[in-house]
Amino acid sequence: MSQITSALRIGDRWDHAPKAVRWVALLLLVAFAYYLPYLNILPFAYVRTDLTSSGSDWASVLFLVVVYMIVAVGLNVVIGLAGLLDLGYVGFYALGAYSIALFGSPSSPVTQLIADRFGLSEGWAVPFAFCIPIAILMALVAGVILGAPTLRLRGDYLAIVTLGFGEIIRITARNVDGVTGGAAGITNVPTPPGPEIDGRAFFNTIDAERWYWLALTILILIIFLARRLENSRVGRAWLAIREDEDAAAVMGVAGFKFKLWAFAIGASLGGLAGLLFGSKQQYVEPNAFMVQLSFLFVAMVVIGGSGNIVGALLGAFLLTYLPERFREFVDWRPFAFGVAMVAVMVLRPQGLVPSRRRAREFEDRKQEAEEAAADV
Amino acid sequence: MDFDALISGLDRHTLDGITRGSIYALVALGYTMVYGVMKLINFAHSEVFMVGTWAVLGTYTAIGATAGMGVGMVIAATLLALLAAMLASAGTALAVERIAYRPLRKKGAPPLIFLITGIGCSIVLVETFGQVLRVIFGPPFGRVTVNIPSVLETTTLFEIGGLNITNTRLLIIVGAIAMMFALDTFVNKSRLGRGVRAVAQDPDTASLMGVNQERVIMLVFVLGGAMAGVAALLYSIQYDITKFDIGFFIGLKAFTAAVLGGIGNLRGALVGGLFLGIAEVYASIIWSSEWTNVTAFVVLVIILMFRPTGLLGESLGKARA
Repeated sequence: MSQITSALRIGDRWDHAPKAVRWVALLLLVAFAYYLPYLNILPFAYVRTDLTSSGSDWASVLFLVVVYMIVAVGLNVVIGLAGLLDLGYVGFYALGAYSIALFGSPSSPVTQLIADRFGLSEGWAVPFAFCIPIAILMALVAGVILGAPTLRLRGDYLAIVTLGFGEIIRITARNVDGVTGGAAGITNVPTPPGPEIDGRAFFNTIDAERWYWLALTILILIIFLARRLENSRVGRAWLAIREDEDAAAVMGVAGFKFKLWAFAIGASLGGLAGLLFGSKQQYVEPNAFMVQLSFLFVAMVVIGGSGNIVGALLGAFLLTYLPERFREFVDWRPFAFGVAMVAVMVLRPQGLVPSRRRAREFEDRKQEAEEAAADV
Repeated sequence: MDFDALISGLDRHTLDGITRGSIYALVALGYTMVYGVMKLINFAHSEVFMVGTWAVLGTYTAIGATAGMGVGMVIAATLLALLAAMLASAGTALAVERIAYRPLRKKGAPPLIFLITGIGCSIVLVETFGQVLRVIFGPPFGRVTVNIPSVLETTTLFEIGGLNITNTRLLIIVGAIAMMFALDTFVNKSRLGRGVRAVAQDPDTASLMGVNQERVIMLVFVLGGAMAGVAALLYSIQYDITKFDIGFFIGLKAFTAAVLGGIGNLRGALVGGLFLGIAEVYASIIWSSEWTNVTAFVVLVIILMFRPTGLLGESLGKARA
């Protein structure tokens, strides 16, 4: 328990620091995050993934870390705040990636159909900027469709239905050749527009650090929004539902409505992350969205510390960065996740960096269990 | 949409569905019993089944059983494999309970955490066969499909109205139903079974009446695991293969079967399993086999929308079912 109190102490010190100090520290952190791709200062440089012989492109790894951080922040709303276990998050991620591929790529069957139907010119596609709302909307609608029948029921049914959903999205993408290009996938996925530099598009396959900066900017925006949401009326309703749904209902908190909100917001963030991923790859195929990815996402949130954005970010960083840094053990990755999930949950069910509120909740439950055991 | 194919071979497809459904039903028992007693979906149960299929393969390899042996040898090998599968599956289920669930019960952790450790165990078990054992022992372990020798060769026993009843099908259907009746009788008639029902009905009162709750939970995991072991043998006989991730879809479908029949209800598992097996075969004929795995999911969502308590209603304790 001493670990929790030390974690609390850092949090307390942060809260009690003068506002100016907090702002400066935050700005320095953000500046450092933007500088990361060029990291060359020796003691820090060892974290780079491209310095060993088997290492991979550092900036691309950073990009992936940030995309998964967006996923973790989104899933944290669902799991950490509202307490709903979503095992099909990869489905929303895939929907986001497929939205931009289907509507934004000139070679996708959907755009070709629209172009033929309305007599548009060859190579027409929905502009990138319009693909973003489409992707978010698709994921959101899917979230509502999936959540509406299941969220009224016991929480554990949701887990299994979402688990099925994640697989169904992938199977559908693979089987409906006429719409999604089947197993071959879709190429020519558009990238964000930008000025040409050195005769290359601003967002290309070589300069991964630009992708990283784009994703990082979106992530910072999302963290800001998520924090605002957490401290809003909706956020308080989620906490109330998570801690005791019946008590919340008695107090007039409409459980179903807020759970559906959490589910839909989480889904749309998953869609956004998928869009970024698909756009950077410039190629989308069903096998990139295996069910194991869902487990990875859940592991990021719960190992990091569900209910806490910092925890979710840490979880996303550890579970994305470490496997890339130690690529020679690539086959052991899922096994390590499994062991880590069981070990962390059994030894420290609140996660590595839990929110203070959640830590107290767990402490409380543990005491109750001990008292109950002592009574018998 | 090919209804003609379905109508013309209706009897054959129904028999197919019942065979499949029997296996789902046996696996569903594990979900339903654990749920009835602990109100928990044991996510690792699909892997309990998977371990069983490997135990069958291991037994056949150890005693050198192959296709085309004498009748006595076939029966002996099959019974030995059944025993091994039941022991392996029950042992795995018990280990999962010990490692992933018991410490959390002691801490009074929220239900979400139980699900997560369950998934963690499931991943660990899958990877144990896909990766860990491959590194230690090499093939047949690994991420590939492995053939199990078809010790019991398929022969047609008799015909009913042009429908060939083979020995394997008969064994699967009769075996599955017999095991279910045995379990049903055990839970309803025996002293231990009464304990299970008591805990399912009201854990606190049951423990006041002197029922050892921890022992009941262990018993439930062992029984569910053993049934998954039986399912594993029957699956091996029918399909002659195993794979490290074989449990995923079987688990999803068995769970669907359990919900379909009414989770917590033993007879519901049989009804749900058979219903789902038949629905799945029909759907794969009408549309195409690529969509087989989607059927279970669609059925599950429809059931949850319109009749979340399942066809027979849920209960392990209440209706004495």
